[in-house]
Amino acid sequence: MTESASAPVVSVAGLTKHYGEVEALRGVTFDIAPGETFALLGPNGAGKSTTIEILEGFRDRTAGDATVLGTDPTHGGIDWKARLGIVLQSTGEPGNVTVHEQLSHFASFYPDPRNVDEVIRAVGLEEKAKTLIRSLSGGQRRRVDVALGVIGRPELLFLDEPTTGFDPEARHQFWDLIRSLQREGTTILLTTHYLDEAAQLSDRAAVIAGGRMVALGRIDGLGGDEARIPLVRWRDVDGPHEQRTETPAAFVADLVAASGGEPRDLEIVRPSLEDIYLELVQADEKERNSL
Amino acid sequence: MTAIRSTTTTTRTLGGPGRILRLGAGRAVYETRSYFRQGDSLFFTFLFPTVIFVIFAVAFGSSGDVGAGPDGTGGISMAAYYLPGMAAAGVLLSGIQNLAVDIATERSDGTLKRLAGSPLPVLSYFLGKFGQVLVTSILQLLLLFLVARLVFGVELPGDAEHWARFGWVYLLGIATSAALGIALSRVPRTGKSASAVIVPILLVLQFVSGVYIQFSVLPDWLQTFASVFPLKWIAQGMRSALLPENFAAAEPGGTWDVGTTVLVLVAWLIGGTIVSLLTFRWNRKDA
Ligand SMILES: Nc1ncnc2c1ncn2[C@@H]1O[C@H](COP(=O)(O)OP(=O)(O)OP(=O)(O)O)[C@@H](O)[C@H]1O
Ligand SMILES: [Mg+2]
Repeated sequence: MTESASAPVVSVAGLTKHYGEVEALRGVTFDIAPGETFALLGPNGAGKSTTIEILEGFRDRTAGDATVLGTDPTHGGIDWKARLGIVLQSTGEPGNVTVHEQLSHFASFYPDPRNVDEVIRAVGLEEKAKTLIRSLSGGQRRRVDVALGVIGRPELLFLDEPTTGFDPEARHQFWDLIRSLQREGTTILLTTHYLDEAAQLSDRAAVIAGGRMVALGRIDGLGGDEARIPLVRWRDVDGPHEQRTETPAAFVADLVAASGGEPRDLEIVRPSLEDIYLELVQADEKERNSL
Repeated sequence: MTAIRSTTTTTRTLGGPGRILRLGAGRAVYETRSYFRQGDSLFFTFLFPTVIFVIFAVAFGSSGDVGAGPDGTGGISMAAYYLPGMAAAGVLLSGIQNLAVDIATERSDGTLKRLAGSPLPVLSYFLGKFGQVLVTSILQLLLLFLVARLVFGVELPGDAEHWARFGWVYLLGIATSAALGIALSRVPRTGKSASAVIVPILLVLQFVSGVYIQFSVLPDWLQTFASVFPLKWIAQGMRSALLPENFAAAEPGGTWDVGTTVLVLVAWLIGGTIVSLLTFRWNRKDA
């Protein structure tokens, strides 16, 4: 191995990308360790696909450093590509071949591919193996994309909104597939708008908005401890109230003592990943609008 | 386990000639299969020369023989006269039209982007395209000759020399045509406009190159113009292989001019190959 075992598989520093006037990325910085699953979260147009496609070698960066499997992605050759698996956000091939034909064809490009039938089974398409891809439903086609991404037994897998159009069962099947890849030590970079998916699958995450990173850290620590302080909501004659407190039980006890009865519509909530995410993104939006 | 695997993959290179050829052959099979599953390409490139041939052969079926000497011998039917031109058109369509439209479409529908992200060598991709062109054009000519022979009773050459001539004109023609098809695939801006851009150019070329209209009746300036392009020479080469020798007198110089045919086709082949290699990109970056 050229890179040592603990060196990051993906390393990005100050990544910047301009499309003409549009500043799609303004200094994104993160590392992904071997075997780690890293989620890139952010609203539409945040720059997730731009980041991922720069790392895949499909787009050139305007400034900053990027290293993927020890190589600058702008100069990645065939040997480098053989170690990657790529699921793009959008693909639209006409699909004049069957699922099985397409997968065995792509398998032949790789030095150590996975078993075609196993991969077809893992994405739940065994009944469609002999169907032309153009005759599949949208979600089924998307599963072919995922299958093509993993067929080459990649060391690093890029997944750009892989589960778009998946039904709930397919999504859970996909999660199982990703977990089995994680057990094999595959490093994964994932973007998704489903925060439960990010929470289920990833170790760490970055939130980007407007091309800038607004948070980076363990998925269960995103936004800091501050963002995780429980919230007590209730209603009285003055209307609805909410209070953040580290000691919600004591707070509620005081509330009961003070009002001498059961507070109306009482709830204690621990912010979900989705709440924290929305808060991060909205805080960033406010900040940018006030500039 | 992962460490061992990555050691072997980084030290063994995947760009070796054996792998390029093996994947090229795999691509050729894959491409040929998808070609025949595609309805429109089947009609507009594969069956087109045969369809046009049948129309001409039927339309002029009653006009009697052409090219007979003063003694009334040596003439051939209109069907036989049109056959070389249709064979040349087939070579052009299977190469240039098929590849230019096909690759432009693949560039815009994401096929090329997907391949670009895989460890498929560009050369294997080209070999696959060439293999597909070779297989489909041979089948196309076979169909054309079968229809000509069995339905319209056209005499095909009976000697090895003419078939050998046919062989090299075909090979040189199809290679040139394929190289130009790859080079031209950069011209259409989108896959949807590809047919609209490529087909008319080639149609004009077919009219001025002696495919539909006898070359010698065209005005001199048009003959000179057409002589710059390869189709005129492919058509002339096909005539030299498939028509009786006495038809050479009807050519511009009074001979088949085999030397110039080779020269012009080789020049276009080299030019087309260089342009293809220099301009081919898996995808338009940033697009
Ligand atoms: N080829 C391009 N040319 C010009 N601008 C582009 C191009 N691609 C993306 N952009 C712009 O860059 C910004 C980031 O786009 P990107 O596709 O990276 O967003 P994203 O985070 O992946 O969004 P989504 O969640 O919708 O997929 C957007 O403002 C977009 O309009
Ligand atoms: Mg995107």
